Formats: sequence, C-alpha cells, structure tokens
Amino acid sequence: MEFETVIGLEIHAQMKTRSKIFCGCTTEFGAPPNTHTCPVCLGMPGALPVLNRRVVEFAIKVGLSTNSRINRVNQFARKNYFYPDLPKGYQTSQFDRPIIENGFIDIEVDGGLKRIGITRIHMEEDAGKLIHDEREPVSYVDLNRTGTPLLEIVSEPDMRSPQEAYSYLKKIHAILRYLDVCDGNMQEGSFRCDANISLRPFGQKEFGTRTELKNMNSFRNVQAALEYEVRRQRDLLLEGEPVIQQTMLWNPDTGRTEPMRGKEDAHDYRYFPCPDLIPVEIDEAWIDALRASLPELPDQRRQRFIDAFGLPEYDAVILTESKELADYFEAAVAVYDQPKKVSNWMMTELLRELKGGEIGDCRVQPLQLASLLKMIEAGTISGKIAKSVFIDMLDSGKDPEWIVKDKNLLQVSDESELLALVKEIIAANPGQVDEYRGGKTKVMGFFIGQLMQKTRGKANPKLANELFNKELWG
Amino acid sequence: MEPYELTITEAVALMADRKLSSTELTKSCLDRIEQTEAVMKSFISLQPDRALRAAADADKKRAAGAGGSLLGVPLSLKDLLCTRGIPTTCGSRILENFIPPYDATVVERLSAEGAVIVGKAAMDEFAMGSTSETCAFKVPSNPWATDCVAGGSSGGSAASVASGQVLGSLGSDTGGSIRQPASLCGIVGMKPTYGRVSRYGLVAFASSLDQIGPLTRDVTDAAVMMQAICGYDERDSTSVDRPVEDYHLFLSEGVNGVRIGVPREYFGPGLDPEVRRTVMNGVEVLKSAGAQVVDVSIPHIEYCVAVYYLIAPAEASSNLARYDGVAYGFRDKNAADLLDMYKETRSQGFGPEVKRRILIGTYALSSGYYDAYYKKASQVRTLILNDFKKAWEQCDVLISPVTPTPAWKKGEKLDDPLAMYLSDIFTLSTNLAGLPGLSVPGGFSTGGLPIGIQLQAPHFHEGELLRCGYNLEMGVNLERLLPPLMNAV
Repeated sequence: MEFETVIGLEIHAQMKTRSKIFCGCTTEFGAPPNTHTCPVCLGMPGALPVLNRRVVEFAIKVGLSTNSRINRVNQFARKNYFYPDLPKGYQTSQFDRPIIENGFIDIEVDGGLKRIGITRIHMEEDAGKLIHDEREPVSYVDLNRTGTPLLEIVSEPDMRSPQEAYSYLKKIHAILRYLDVCDGNMQEGSFRCDANISLRPFGQKEFGTRTELKNMNSFRNVQAALEYEVRRQRDLLLEGEPVIQQTMLWNPDTGRTEPMRGKEDAHDYRYFPCPDLIPVEIDEAWIDALRASLPELPDQRRQRFIDAFGLPEYDAVILTESKELADYFEAAVAVYDQPKKVSNWMMTELLRELKGGEIGDCRVQPLQLASLLKMIEAGTISGKIAKSVFIDMLDSGKDPEWIVKDKNLLQVSDESELLALVKEIIAANPGQVDEYRGGKTKVMGFFIGQLMQKTRGKANPKLANELFNKELWG
Repeated sequence: MEPYELTITEAVALMADRKLSSTELTKSCLDRIEQTEAVMKSFISLQPDRALRAAADADKKRAAGAGGSLLGVPLSLKDLLCTRGIPTTCGSRILENFIPPYDATVVERLSAEGAVIVGKAAMDEFAMGSTSETCAFKVPSNPWATDCVAGGSSGGSAASVASGQVLGSLGSDTGGSIRQPASLCGIVGMKPTYGRVSRYGLVAFASSLDQIGPLTRDVTDAAVMMQAICGYDERDSTSVDRPVEDYHLFLSEGVNGVRIGVPREYFGPGLDPEVRRTVMNGVEVLKSAGAQVVDVSIPHIEYCVAVYYLIAPAEASSNLARYDGVAYGFRDKNAADLLDMYKETRSQGFGPEVKRRILIGTYALSSGYYDAYYKKASQVRTLILNDFKKAWEQCDVLISPVTPTPAWKKGEKLDDPLAMYLSDIFTLSTNLAGLPGLSVPGGFSTGGLPIGIQLQAPHFHEGELLRCGYNLEMGVNLERLLPPLMNAV
C-alpha cells in the first residue's frame, strides 16, 4: 500500500525587539543569569504587564507578508500550567482571538509553486531556562529569557513531503529575516520548529494518527527527522501496527525519533482572556503605515533577480532564500556587472565552501569576489588559479590582488617567455611530436600539461595553444 | 479631643496652621495603637520608627513651605499593597516573608502627597472573605462590638480607621471589600470605577474586579484620598487615561434635581428591617434635599453571587499560580521532587478559603466546563452591566443597602461559606459592572451597630457619588459617635 504524508509545522520565532513583550527589560542574549529581569517578568505579586507596541507591529508585518487577515481586535489569553521556568504559573499568549489568521505562502516545488496555508499567527512570551547540575540533583532557573516576545506561526496540514516542509520552513525563515523581525538562528533557538506528521493511504480523506516531533534545531534536522518519521510510521502501518499519538524527540546522534520520556499527560491549559491586558485594537492607518514600510520580500526579490539580472529561476530561488546571500549577490553585481557569472561562482564555489554556514561569517567580501571575477575576465589569472586564490581569500580574508602578487600567480602571457618553454618541450618530446603530426591532435593536451607544469599553472592557456600550433606546424 | 480623633481634613488644617505637628499626630496614633491593638488586631505589621521618621520629614517639609494634600497624615495600608522594603503578606503564610522591591503606584502617590504610613492592615487571606477571619495572622475586631467582625476583606483597614488608630486607609474592593467593612465599622468606604486607580503593586485576587480605594471617617476625607490616588498609570494597562475631576468641588453642590434610583431588587425579603429603615431614611434625606426619587430595576441582580463566585475564583486560580515556592515566598524545603514541592508548598502555604476558591476557579476554567461556567458567567456579567446602563437612563445615582445585616459575631459564618458569600449580595454587582460605589454611615441598629448606605453611579461619576454621599452625610447628621472602644480605653 502507498501512503501519503501529511505535515503541519508550528514555528516559534523570537522577535528582535530591544525590550521584552510586557516589560522594559532588554532581550539581549548571554548575560549572567537573572540579571535581565524586573518585577514584571519575574511574575512578582502586584506586577502588571504592558504590551510592547513593537511586537504588535512585527506581528502585523508578518501577517501582511503572508497574505493573512489581521484581526483588528485581538486578545491575550493565559495558558495555565506549572513549571519552574514560568514564574507566573501561566504563559501570556493568545488563544481564540489571535492577531493573525487565514494566510498562506507559496513554496517552490518541482516544476511550480505550491500554496501552504497558515492557520494562525499569535503573539506570546517566551519562558525562562532551567540549568541542571550534572553532579548534584539541583536545577537552577534563569529568567533572562522570560518575556522575550515570540510569534507562533501555525501552518495548515498542507505539506505532503519532508522536502515541502523544508521549503516552507525556509520560506517563512526568509520572510522573517527580510522583515528583520527575527534573528532566525535555529541553533540558538531564536527560530524553533515543531512538526505534526501523519500518514494515510492515498485517496483517504481522514488524517491518520499523528505524532509531534520536537528538538530539531536545524533545517536539515527538520527534514531528516521527518524523513525518518515517515519511514517509521509507514513500517508500522504496513505491519498493521497502530501509530501512537505522542510527542517524539529527534535524536541527531542516532538519527532517530524517540518517544519523549515521562508522562505526557493531556494538558488542560485552562485558557481564558487575560484580565490584565485590554484587547489589542488595530486601526487601518496603522496597518497602512506598516504596509508602506514593508521591505522587498523573498518572492518579489526572486522575481526581480529573474527579470533584472536574467538569472534562471533555480539560481534566483537559491540566492534569495537568505536575505544576506541575496544582498551579497547584489553587492558583487554592483561592481562586476556579470550577474550570471557572479551567480555561478556563488552557487558553486562560495556555497560549497560555506558548508551550510552563514554568509555573514564568510571572510570574502562581495567586493573581493567581484575583483577576483574581474581578474579572470581580464586574463590576469586563469579560472583554475582563481579557485585556489578564492580558498586563500576564505582563509585569510585578503584581497585577491594581494594574494596573486604575493604568491606570484600572475598568468604568464609574455610570448617570448612562453615560446622558449614551448620550444623546449617540443625538443624534449620527439615521440609525441610525431604522434601529433601524424594526426593524433589529442596529444595537444599533453603539451599544454607540460607547459602548465613548468609555469605552475600560470601559462595563459589561449596563448599556449597558439604557440604550440605555430611551432608544431610551422 | 485627641489628635487621633481628627479627620484628615481637620488634621491637615491644624497642621497648616502650625497648631499641630505631624510628629504629635503620628505619636498620638501610635499611642492609640499601643492601647487598642491587643483588642483591635488591625495590623499585620507596624512600622512605628519609619512612621515617626516620615512624620519628622513631613514637619520639616511643611516648615520649608512644601505642601501635599496628605502631608504628615498617618494612614494604614491593606497588606496587599506592595511597599518597598516592608513585608507585604496578603494575610497569607505563603507570602509571610515576602518583601517587595517596589512600591505600588498608589503608595508612591500617597508618599508624593506626604502621607505617613504607620502599618499594614489585616485582611482576609488574598482578600478572599467577608470578615477578615481567613487572615493567617490576625482577625481584626469591630470597634463597636469587639466580639463582632470588622467585615472584610479590608477589615483591618476599616478597624484601624474606625478605632482611631489612623486617620485613613487604603483597601481594595473586589466584591465589596472596602464598602462592606466600612459599613460594618461605621466609616466611609469608596470603590472607584474600574480603571480609575492603578492596580500596579496591588497583589491581584481577581484582576478584572479588583480596585483600590479609600476608607475614611467622612466623605470629605474620601474625596481627599481619591484625589491623591486616582489617575492614569502607564504601568497598568487597564487604568484609563482620562483626566481626574476636582472631587472637592462636587461636595459643595447640592442634590437639587439629582435623580436617585431605588433598585427594587435590593429591598427584597432577607433584608434586615433595620437596614431597610436606615436606607429608606437615606432616601428621604436626599429627597428633602431636593433630589428626585425614581423606582428602577436591576433584574439580573439575582445572578450576581453565582457570576461573581465563578469569575473571581477563575481569575484567582490563575493569579495565585505564581505562589509555587520557586522564586519567592514560602517553600516546603523537605519536598522530595518538583511535584511534591508544588503540592506541599501550596498545601501548607494557603488557608482553606483560598484553596476552596482555587479549586472552584480551576474547575470553572477546565476544558469541558469552561463554556458552562466561566463563559456563561462572563455573558451574564454583560447582562448585569446592561441592566445598569438601562438604569442610568432613569437615574444618576443608585441608593441601596451595603449589606443585608449589620456586623455579626466572629466565627458565626466562618464554617458556612454559602452564607458568607450571600452576605456580599449588594456589593458584588458594582465590581461586575466596573462601577464606582460608596458606602456612607446611615445610622445604627438597636444593638448599637453601624449600618451603611450604598451609593452607585455610572462609570467615572465619582464626583456625583461624593456629592450625593456628602449630602447624605450632612442630612443623616449622625453625631460623631465614638465607638465604645474609644471611650473605654
């Protein structure tokens, strides 16, 4: 039997506001424990929340960028549960009146676009962190993160493969980064993702039993975990075993999903409207002002890369997936107006050498890459040499001109210098000369190789070809 | 006449004329406390040294020409108003050792006016109760009959003002907790419109109902304290950004042409005849002062107790979740694990009435019951508000009893929660509708216990309320009777 995969994602994105969602404490990361706190975020008796206006603005921007409905009146609710990282005993969140509902984004799938629905986006506060002592049975509570604003973005169960889920996640990430409302760092947890996944026989309307996957702290992990879970559920179903509805944790070390340990009671969060916060009212003027302030978004930029730079769609999708990558591209093209050449170099050399890292960490600046490409075009260095110079640039951050000079890598285009070497090679290899003259033109490769060896790759290949031709036939 | 017997207005006038110093006044109050506190039990904690320093400071300021509407006036605070560096217990074991690092906004405002804080007044645990008997530390007495309750939950505030220990107090009113003890103790108590006074630093019981207000010896003093505490506070999202009227101006206005509504549902069976007589006397007083009397109806009033005892506990169950032993307050240190710590901390830290309300509230919010209880209660709450809106088309102020009976004996209703809840029947609707309410002494029972009269007005019509209250006070013209306790000591 063949099964169809059904996936929905829940994304938690920390908002890049300077202060927390309900108090003036800074959201800065990495301070000593419990120093970025005040009576409000500590949940002290009598302290009251005041909503950070920026969080609402960020949420509206995300709503506008995801074709969503902005609820003109929305409301915070309390989600009640006990945990030591939650000082009030409830999380202030939104429940039945979220700020954003009914949106969608389009993702690129093989040969076209696919629309993924967004059920809702709501504002809420992050919890603190527990630090467990490895040696003693003691846990410490750090409430610096408590009250950091979050947007929870809930998709419809519209994705039909781990690849689609990956693309959706990437697209949401790109939108948040373009809007500059979230750091988007999955490792540090400023962008987190849980997945609901189930399988059903093709043609069946009802959803199968789902599991919830957690602990996937990279894009690749999300895809890998979903792929594993598809196999696990399919194997169960084929064996006639039921899928148990439960929360699974992705273990990146074993490459498996494992049931979360401990009782996962069906929580009753006893949501009710938060009486300390009045409903949030949003007027048209506010929305219009935010709409006017929206930057170019990934889809628009992708189209512009195709239209204005003549890039193939494939290149445009990859380059615009990350705002920084797209910015890099444009900065390089601004200096070296050969978009396709810049794109080729970035898509191959640059992305390969980044090894999944961030473009922001790359030591080669866009202007330096442009210089390198200009040197190839001018014949100052060969394409092959350029690749090694690029590696050098990545390591040292130095300008290509400096490296080429320092390592004496300038292409040899001096005719008399090369001619002497060509004559030398012809004289030293009479057998190959005969073969060549007998019609085996492939032997030219051998001669060029010899020349490159003697010049350590620096010979201008075009000129070398000409000189050999002239000498062998002349 | 001893200084402690003065009203705030009298004391401020004497101090302004340099006929009395704050130090003398404060000492007089502290002496009074020393003489009476063993019987009154108004205070959970006293800060006499701090008070005397503040009094000396006030005297210095006055000498230097500085003003302040409460400069040098000794007051008490209900022990759920956060005071920087001073324990704020909420009458609960669970906060016995809690010392807030901040002042409530109202405390800041009182300080800005130069008030002298003498101590933190006893109260029902987390303001849950109608007699202050659920307080974990002390049960205040009614100064008119010390074997009777002072009322609640701001019982310590009322007792301290009525017995001459301080000149005024701040309490909080979630379902009548200012007006009821004021009525039972024979003083004035005012609950402002929801949103008129900042709740920042008020330890929450039921956030959508709680409001801070004054307890004073007369209506003029209530106006003085209201002027000091009212106004927008950016730290409380539910406080309303709206100018505060000059309340004093309303006092001198008569009630000629004011329409006084008498809601017939408040005068049904079960109302003590003496209470009825007292309130009807109040109606006559206003009528003879030129007010127009109108018969009105608040038909949904019969649901108030049910609605209130769903909404208030529901909010409380959430508000009190933070007392978990993790960050502050009491913790059972012998707990074996996290769950055990939660259970033991809360089992030992909370008293039975608080536990009862947490349970009721948790139940009312539970999935499967939310619609039938919390949601339904919220809907009926809107109907009650609409009843009032309709009434305001016919009248400007409503007059009614505060409580069905005068004060009762300590212990009498403690084991009968339902009887206790029903005693709040006339005050709850004010909070459910977010209205301002005022309790003014109206007379005495044959047993010599005070009986108050309640006035209610539309949102933000505090001025109207004080005006009618003042005219009522003048017309009823009770001699300034001192409680027997005052004479005895």
